[in-house]
Amino acid sequence: MNLFFQNIVNGLTLGSIYGLVALGLTLVYGILHIPNFAHGALYMVGAFMSYFLMVDIGAHYWVAMAGSAVIVAALAVICERLVFHPLRHSPPIHDKIAAIGILLFLEAVVQMFWGSDFRRMSSPFTGIMNFDGLIIPEQRALIIVGALVLVVALQLFLRKTMTGATIIAMAQNREGAFLVGIDANRVAMMTFAISGVLAAFAATLYAPINLVYPAMGHIVIMKAFVIIILGGMGSIPGAIVGGMIIGFAEAFGGFYISTSYKDIIAFGLLVLILSVRPQGLFAKGAH
Amino acid sequence: MLFKLASLFMHPAFKYALIVLALLFPLFASNEYQIYVMASAFVWAIAVYGLNIITGFCGQLNLAHGGFFAIGAYTLGLLSADYGWSFWPAFVAALLMTALLGFLVGVVSLRLKEHYFAIFTLCVGFIIYLLLDKWEELTHGPIGVRDIAAPNGFGLVDFTQTVPFYYLVLAFLVFAMWFMGKLSRSLLGRTFVAIRNGDELAQSLGINLMRNKTMAFVLSTTYAGMAGALYAGMIRFIGPEEANVQHTFDMITYLLVGGIGTISGPLLGTVGIVWITQSLQFLEEYRMIIFGPLLVLLVIFFPRGFVGSFLTWMHRQSQKRAAPSKKKESRVSTGKGVENNA
Repeated sequence: MNLFFQNIVNGLTLGSIYGLVALGLTLVYGILHIPNFAHGALYMVGAFMSYFLMVDIGAHYWVAMAGSAVIVAALAVICERLVFHPLRHSPPIHDKIAAIGILLFLEAVVQMFWGSDFRRMSSPFTGIMNFDGLIIPEQRALIIVGALVLVVALQLFLRKTMTGATIIAMAQNREGAFLVGIDANRVAMMTFAISGVLAAFAATLYAPINLVYPAMGHIVIMKAFVIIILGGMGSIPGAIVGGMIIGFAEAFGGFYISTSYKDIIAFGLLVLILSVRPQGLFAKGAH
Repeated sequence: MLFKLASLFMHPAFKYALIVLALLFPLFASNEYQIYVMASAFVWAIAVYGLNIITGFCGQLNLAHGGFFAIGAYTLGLLSADYGWSFWPAFVAALLMTALLGFLVGVVSLRLKEHYFAIFTLCVGFIIYLLLDKWEELTHGPIGVRDIAAPNGFGLVDFTQTVPFYYLVLAFLVFAMWFMGKLSRSLLGRTFVAIRNGDELAQSLGINLMRNKTMAFVLSTTYAGMAGALYAGMIRFIGPEEANVQHTFDMITYLLVGGIGTISGPLLGTVGIVWITQSLQFLEEYRMIIFGPLLVLLVIFFPRGFVGSFLTWMHRQSQKRAAPSKKKESRVSTGKGVENNA
């Protein structure tokens, strides 16, 4: 029974991280119709920035997280301005290739500075909470709570602020949004910035229980794509629910089926879903 | 003047000149290593031609191409190393295997619209990599496959030698290019291009989307399998990293630099980049720092690659010349369709 709960905690942890990464991906897709293959690279850069600020400069974990979020957000905005903005009228194959270009570049630059070794990043939350035999490491609890806080904050931002409202308006109806004078450039930059912040937070939360290395974004981004297809491209609740489904499938699948094949579970699921329901499990909706 | 010079490249005899040049290459190569590099560039070029069929002509970004390359290499490698097959039967088996898997993946994935196909194939590529890495009973896992059979020369030629192998690869490359040229001029090739220009448009012309896309995909994966099998016969040792998505990205770069949807672009792009990265060794390590921005710049400024942009330029020039007299009809197609020249 205890192991069962342990797996639930693991599933929640993984699901939170995947959900956060998928959330940024789905926002960019829902609003700008760009499948950003470079999103995993932003996630990886987020982890390296936190590592750099914490280990090399000696900043506190929270400061490193905030700094990394700012840097990655700026990087995402630069990508939007320099790459995706000029391509907005090109055939869809072009922004996919351009995103791959960004991915290759960011990985190569990080590898140039930090090498391709695996690195450990510690956090101040190394303790273990014990609830009557149910053991939860503090970092895992932090991930779950952190993801919850971020999702609520994002919802508040989108629902309660004027900027959020313009983003939602553009996601719901592009032409209508232009008609009422919404600045598409501002919304595009804002969307990319938010996706960058989410990626950096997710990476910094996850890094202490995982490793930091240049290729760390590969599996995560592919799973994020699986998630947003599962949840419906562009759907925010879909990304969170999809993240949890994949997180739990992996935690339980890895435990009850096979650890070495646990990564295949998500991709097998995707192949299965797309074969049966090409439009994703849930109906596609903006929000 | 520039136009006159450039039009030499458009001359039908130009491609024969290229073939003669390739045939003579071992004579003026300064060492065996250069011949080896050229042979490996040719192997990659064959795979890039496969990518050109599905991505260039049909407009579907296939991110599992490196995976199919690896399937070809592993089919040949495992059949020869573990089951004692000689090269040629294993080679045919590799072609059949990649065609069959291409058919199965294509039937499922080509129904998908917009970006779903690219995402689906990205996952397929990753599944192939994971299977090669984890399914140790079949694939030997991370240690890879050793003692792969070299091509059998039937006692006449020794293909373990670099120069004979070079000519073998060249023969396959010429065949691959010849077939691509035939394809681009055929109804089938033009159907593929119609699909690239829009699913609905193609359907309204009565084109059976699924059948044609699947055909293109199977052809494309078979090309990849052919290249993979030749690669295994050349290196004679393969590992799961053959299926690394990096290979797919490399091939996309070769295709884009040369010219997507053109006949000579994939070859020029591949040979050009392989040579540049080989001769500047420091580039090998950091080549992605250059490839990444290169891809971005190409899709923004030269979406048709060097050969494609060159053909467009030639077309404009010849129109300018033809405009006053209207005598000659331009030989180059409009720049949107399949390029038969150069």
